[in-house]
Amino acid sequence: MAKNKGKLQRIAGPVVVAVGFEARMYDVVRVGKEKLMGEVIQLDGEKVIIQVYEDTSGLRPGEVVINTGEPLSVELGPGMLTSIYDGIQRPLPVLADQMGDYIFRGVDAPGLDHKKKWEFKATAKKGDKVKPGDIIGEVQETQTVKHKVMVPQGSEGKISEIKSGNFTIDDVIAKVDKKEVKMYQRWPVRTPRPVLKKLSPKMPLITGQRIFDVLFPLAKGGVAAIPGPFGAGKTVSQQQLAKWSDADIIVYIGCGERGNEMTEVLTEFPHLLDPKTGKALMNRTVLIANTSNMPVAAREASVYTGIAIAEYYRDMGYSVALMADSTSRWAEAMREISSRLEEMPGEEGYPAYLSTRLAEFYERAGRVTPLGTKQEGSITIIGAVSPPGGDFSEPVTQNTLRVTKTFWALDAKLAQRRHFPSINWLTSYSLYQDVLEPWFNSNVASDWRTLVNEMMGILQEEEKLMEIVQLVGSDALPDKQQVTLETARLIREFLLQQNAFHDVDTFCDLKKSYMIMKTIMHFDKLAHDALSKGVSVARIIETESKEKIGEVKFIKDYEKKLTTTQKEMESEIGKLE
Amino acid sequence: MKEYKTITRVAGPLVFVGKTEPVGYGELVKINLPDGEVKKGQVLDTSEDMVVVQVFEGTAGIDKKTRVKFLGENIKLPVSKDMMGRILSGAGEPIDDGPEIIPEKRMDILGAAINPYTRQSPADFIQTGVSTIDATNTLVRGQKLPVFSGSGLPHNEIALQIARQATVPGQKQNFVVIFAAMGITNEEAQYFISDFEKTGALERSVVFLNLADDPAVERLVTPRMALTAAEYLAYEHDMHVLVILTDLTNYCESLREIGAAREEVPGRRGYPGYMYTDLAMIYERAGMIKGRKGSITQIPILTMPGDDITHPIPDLTGYITEGQIVLSRELHRKNIYPPVDILPSLSRLMNAGIGPDKTRDDHKQVSDQLYANYAEGRDLRGLVAIVGEEALSDRDKRLLHFADAFEKEFVTQDRTENRTIFGTLQIGWDLFKDIPARELTRISPELKDKYYGKNKSNESKKDDKNKKK
Repeated sequence: MAKNKGKLQRIAGPVVVAVGFEARMYDVVRVGKEKLMGEVIQLDGEKVIIQVYEDTSGLRPGEVVINTGEPLSVELGPGMLTSIYDGIQRPLPVLADQMGDYIFRGVDAPGLDHKKKWEFKATAKKGDKVKPGDIIGEVQETQTVKHKVMVPQGSEGKISEIKSGNFTIDDVIAKVDKKEVKMYQRWPVRTPRPVLKKLSPKMPLITGQRIFDVLFPLAKGGVAAIPGPFGAGKTVSQQQLAKWSDADIIVYIGCGERGNEMTEVLTEFPHLLDPKTGKALMNRTVLIANTSNMPVAAREASVYTGIAIAEYYRDMGYSVALMADSTSRWAEAMREISSRLEEMPGEEGYPAYLSTRLAEFYERAGRVTPLGTKQEGSITIIGAVSPPGGDFSEPVTQNTLRVTKTFWALDAKLAQRRHFPSINWLTSYSLYQDVLEPWFNSNVASDWRTLVNEMMGILQEEEKLMEIVQLVGSDALPDKQQVTLETARLIREFLLQQNAFHDVDTFCDLKKSYMIMKTIMHFDKLAHDALSKGVSVARIIETESKEKIGEVKFIKDYEKKLTTTQKEMESEIGKLE
Repeated sequence: MKEYKTITRVAGPLVFVGKTEPVGYGELVKINLPDGEVKKGQVLDTSEDMVVVQVFEGTAGIDKKTRVKFLGENIKLPVSKDMMGRILSGAGEPIDDGPEIIPEKRMDILGAAINPYTRQSPADFIQTGVSTIDATNTLVRGQKLPVFSGSGLPHNEIALQIARQATVPGQKQNFVVIFAAMGITNEEAQYFISDFEKTGALERSVVFLNLADDPAVERLVTPRMALTAAEYLAYEHDMHVLVILTDLTNYCESLREIGAAREEVPGRRGYPGYMYTDLAMIYERAGMIKGRKGSITQIPILTMPGDDITHPIPDLTGYITEGQIVLSRELHRKNIYPPVDILPSLSRLMNAGIGPDKTRDDHKQVSDQLYANYAEGRDLRGLVAIVGEEALSDRDKRLLHFADAFEKEFVTQDRTENRTIFGTLQIGWDLFKDIPARELTRISPELKDKYYGKNKSNESKKDDKNKKK
């Protein structure tokens, strides 16, 4: 057996050097008397360079280092949903039990509860021929989600034994070609889980947020980036998506973010109800919280922990949405580790492999045919980016844009005037619009795309006209253009603005969005008709009925209200002379 | 414990010691100079043949005869309730000629991360008496809300005013103020201390002073000392602690200085790549813990170099803290105190601390409306400069005047003026009076019925005065 014990030679921060044992890249090691968890990140002659996931204060040269011989892995099995983990899948409530209010080090906690019994229902029979990824049974993991138990990698053949009943995850529930199968498996987080086939996206991820769904839709299996300076609303947007997206499973990674914000998520999520099922949203959610003051190496790992969990549910045939807030912190963790290794830095001190790592991560998204089920699964990734000073030309934003197809640009200016969500409609884009057009046209309304294009046109024209208005004032514009400005205002205030903190407005279904669009464009048409009859533009703009569109945002029974508003507009504008 | 005389190299604040027994990373070090002087340091890098020590008091006078002793533990702060009312150095030693402080215990100054699962969400409204904070950028207990200032702006006055006036309405207990000065001038320090003494606040304060001429390395431990004291008072003695840290820019400069001395690969503008993590380990120590009565609220102050909010120091800070109060040179030049520019300012925890049971039902909507009107009014100033006021529509004229009145009535207040939140909101409604109700689109019809056009301002001003007494 290879020698797996060595000793520490040098300690300087989260990166330590050990000698005297054999190690492979990315092996997990236990460092020092307290058995701190670390990972091999460089080999240099005799020297093994290790990043340690916990605080290294007090470590001395000469202390023992043990190689576990295994790469950084997570436990995948029932019990992940409703959990809240740190960056290396240690459940925070368990850590709180063992260590109290603070996170100290040297505590090992498995990602899954090994004592809890689950009711396993076999769906395969003895004698069935199975291969890795095939589903052999189910566990009701939470009220709303059935966890599918899959054959792990490396097991293939006939089922020689399988039983239903109440088991812990350590119990053997089946034997495949004499190999034992349990309800959970371990998986190295840095390795993508295999799939049968990658497919291209064709369905939208419905977010309940009007500006996303209407103007810049994201496809299930797609990738979006939300960059924005601090205070522009990245976290609120991410949380809104986590709450209301119509994915089956949500993985939310708080990577290097604020402690109080994570606590808010933790206290708020359990009380939220899914608009579709009426059950708690927490039932479909896995939270990973590695706040900014927790060890930097664990922050680097947290993103991989999250995506490995997401892939596991995808393999069951679910659509998963993963939010990473924020990928810049992840990139900075890479930079920090890299600079401790004294690697030659690339742009702005980031390691030269930054773009490869980002691309590898985002490529783990996608709509796929999993190995074992015909039901399609997908992972949608929404990555927040925190560019320094809000400057989108920095390396993390730029490298992210290269691999993402939907770009939701947050704008500090909009946030300052309390226009929320403060997504800039002129710089944002979605390359999924064409792919998704048939879906919207057949599932919502046949003129969906036409309406969207008309509105984008008006918003763009507004931008041009505003430049003129800035110079000469709005009264100097021709009548038609003044109407355009008014319609644009209605679009901005009544469609694009949405109040995340209002019970009703926080979620808006597609039909409601459609009707609001339709009503606003109805005003536009009425106004232009009236203009051609010779009505003065000032009087059209003064009409009050159109302002009622805004009230619709806050009421549930929107259909009636919008129909009456349309009629009122018709009669009010029709009366003008 | 062994002493070593094996210093092989001294460079800047760093001392390199050779041939030692195994020494722990982060250990505290005692350095005895031949002339009897004793310095302290901390291990930055340890290996079998070389230990790098950063010296807090500077390396002047260290020679090869100097003896070095490794104490086998991390830096600790002796803590006790008797610290209140005392003035300590940046390294935690009393410097006010008072008696020695007998410690109740000694606490590691690094502080561990609070488990997000055991944190308590901050939700208690703090009334600072400053309108631009209370109404539009509300501070709540357990928040970290920095002041982004510039050199020459009155951030110290504002910090003092907040420290003096901060209360949680309906609760008797006042805040304990922990004040940590990093690299500020002696004059500024005197100003703070005399104000503390004058107002009697010193009794409920602990002051840590690292002045501009104190060693840079010491500056790196000062905020950690202060926060350790804060944690002790908050979580072991159930006190509500307000920590004022000034000036974080000096702290970051020291961080850069040490980084350069260690020949590290620099990040943006020469600041070390780990500055985000380092700052997070300070800021994230604000908060509340489930089941414990105390709380730590942080107001860090930093001066933006060149008033540039995208500079790494304010930038990284803004990504960690729960908002920011931004001071504006333009308002200061107009002689407006406090010169808070509400547009780039933000409190992320505001929504948790306001509303019918906490402040008043109209708080959020009044704030949104003030923001919207002021933003638009300010934009119009640019337009007026080109086309003149005559070319504006009536609505635009109103907004333009609103922006001026807002700065004069709402933002401006006296250095000792302690406004109640109701007084502040009333000023908002008074400003709205000149605007037709239908243009107040951020306010619901019910609230407009309740408050719009009601003249209560005289009463509420009287109220304020009574409360001041």
